[in-house]
Amino acid sequence: MAEKIISSHSGTDARAGDIVIANVDFVMGQDGTSPLAIKAFRDMGGKKVFDPSKVAMVIDHGAPSPNEGTANLHRLMRDFAKEQTFVVYDVGEGVCHQLMPERGHVLPGDLVVGADSHTCTYGGIGAFSTGVGSTDLAATLITGRTWLKVPQSMKIVLKGRLPVGTYGKDLALYVAGKVTASGATYMSCEYCGEVVDRLGVDARLTLCNMAVEMGAKAGIIAPSDEVLSWVRSRSGRTPRPVFADEDARYTDVREFDVSHLAPQAARPHQVDNVCDVQDLSSVEIQQAFIGTCTNGRLEDLRVAASILEGRTVCRSVRLVVAPASRQVLLAALHEGILEILLKAGATVLPPGCGPCVGTHGGVPADGEVVVSTANRNFRGRMGNPAAEIYLASPATVAASAVTGRITDPRGFLG
Amino acid sequence: MLLRGKAHKFGDDVNTDYIIAGKYKFKTLDMDELAKHVMEDLDPEFHARLAPGDFVVAGRNFGCGSSREQAPLALVHARVGAVIASSFARLFYRNAVNTGLPVVECDTCLISNGDELQVDLDHGEVLNLTRGVTVSAAPLPPFMQRIFEDGGLAAHVRKHGGYCLGL
Repeated sequence: MAEKIISSHSGTDARAGDIVIANVDFVMGQDGTSPLAIKAFRDMGGKKVFDPSKVAMVIDHGAPSPNEGTANLHRLMRDFAKEQTFVVYDVGEGVCHQLMPERGHVLPGDLVVGADSHTCTYGGIGAFSTGVGSTDLAATLITGRTWLKVPQSMKIVLKGRLPVGTYGKDLALYVAGKVTASGATYMSCEYCGEVVDRLGVDARLTLCNMAVEMGAKAGIIAPSDEVLSWVRSRSGRTPRPVFADEDARYTDVREFDVSHLAPQAARPHQVDNVCDVQDLSSVEIQQAFIGTCTNGRLEDLRVAASILEGRTVCRSVRLVVAPASRQVLLAALHEGILEILLKAGATVLPPGCGPCVGTHGGVPADGEVVVSTANRNFRGRMGNPAAEIYLASPATVAASAVTGRITDPRGFLG
Repeated sequence: MLLRGKAHKFGDDVNTDYIIAGKYKFKTLDMDELAKHVMEDLDPEFHARLAPGDFVVAGRNFGCGSSREQAPLALVHARVGAVIASSFARLFYRNAVNTGLPVVECDTCLISNGDELQVDLDHGEVLNLTRGVTVSAAPLPPFMQRIFEDGGLAAHVRKHGGYCLGL
């Protein structure tokens, strides 16, 4: 799939290992990377972005701004977007990786670059999308192109039927544990199999989001009918879906039967340090966090609410929830999810990335343990190197918030 | 180009959050300020011990994690001569070349903390002066070599008016 999308965007018969220059369908930057990109844009002699309708910047990592330094960088972005007449999603709109598919900027078959490593998320709807740095972003803003080494493809086949209580996040963690943090370096991870075929849009985005945690350049899933109707309802453009050929070449094929997969968690401080949640039942927590570009979507909040309804968060635990976007927040409001979360004792933050990346909104104290739905548990990730972060699904995080220990959610589900 | 300095050795999977933590990088574009906090979560004394031109030496998958270009830039502004690792994460490697930080991919088993090294960027060799052994390094892919020689991606785009594969 990667070779086909890159071929159609570069006018070549792109094969793994080739270096090509490809046209991009959309370009994204966030507030941690855009200010440097604006600087590089000027440094390159840039005057105009190639096409303002194909560019967006998102203020999400420090939103609302926690200090004057961040506030000034946000102003730099707003001024640049105004000058160049492209859209800036400001404070409260949401996390970049939720907004790009949700607002119809990215479609199946597209080639997208974003200055954030989790840009690989849009592979969940069948796009080839990859993260770049600020200087690469600037060069793309000027030229409308990027250079790519065409990645090799790793096929990850998920067979069987996903058991009750396990979700897309459990699949993502399980695969990361098996493939390891560098096992897919520079590859395009193509997820398929009957389990993947049945996944909804939200879970597909979760799975591809974590491809970069294995070193991958991209994660990608062939779009289902549900995905195609989801994107058609959001964009005026016509999707050009791409599917793998019968005789497609793969460098590596990994098959996993997940029919008996238990809920998974990653232990500190490595994403691939994965085990069954039930092995962690003695681990006490002080904070639980539901949100991020991995698991802050409506389906995630719904699952959490189904566990928290009629229950309360343990007194020794702070449950922090950050919906992935304003649309997710509004939908959660209309469905009554927010009321359930708030009654249970959750603190609901504005849509954004703050706690995940340690800028603000839930920095743990020294020695504290956090269970989070994010994609990274590196030391210091949430702002304090003396804290410990475990990664798990929204169901596991919600169940853990109730008991005060890392808890297998299966006992909480009807 | 010949570089000389002392090795500061780290392990596998040194991620970009360790190179420069998110809590600092969202506040400022002042890379000299960020440089003071480089590698802080792995080794709080690192910046104090670092002499100009010294090398960061590591194992597999150096620079995994975020796309933040502040990571190579903070190393440049901390006056690290080069990063030498057994392997690199692709985003960090690309950002390093784009911003002019020398990255050398070779087996780092025979380099210990404190060893004196001489790095020959043109011939892709790392000479361990303390141990008297030479290790050869994987060359930069030709297009990346061109970007690096042009002085980074900004200079490359200025010079050629866009990307110039020219292979």
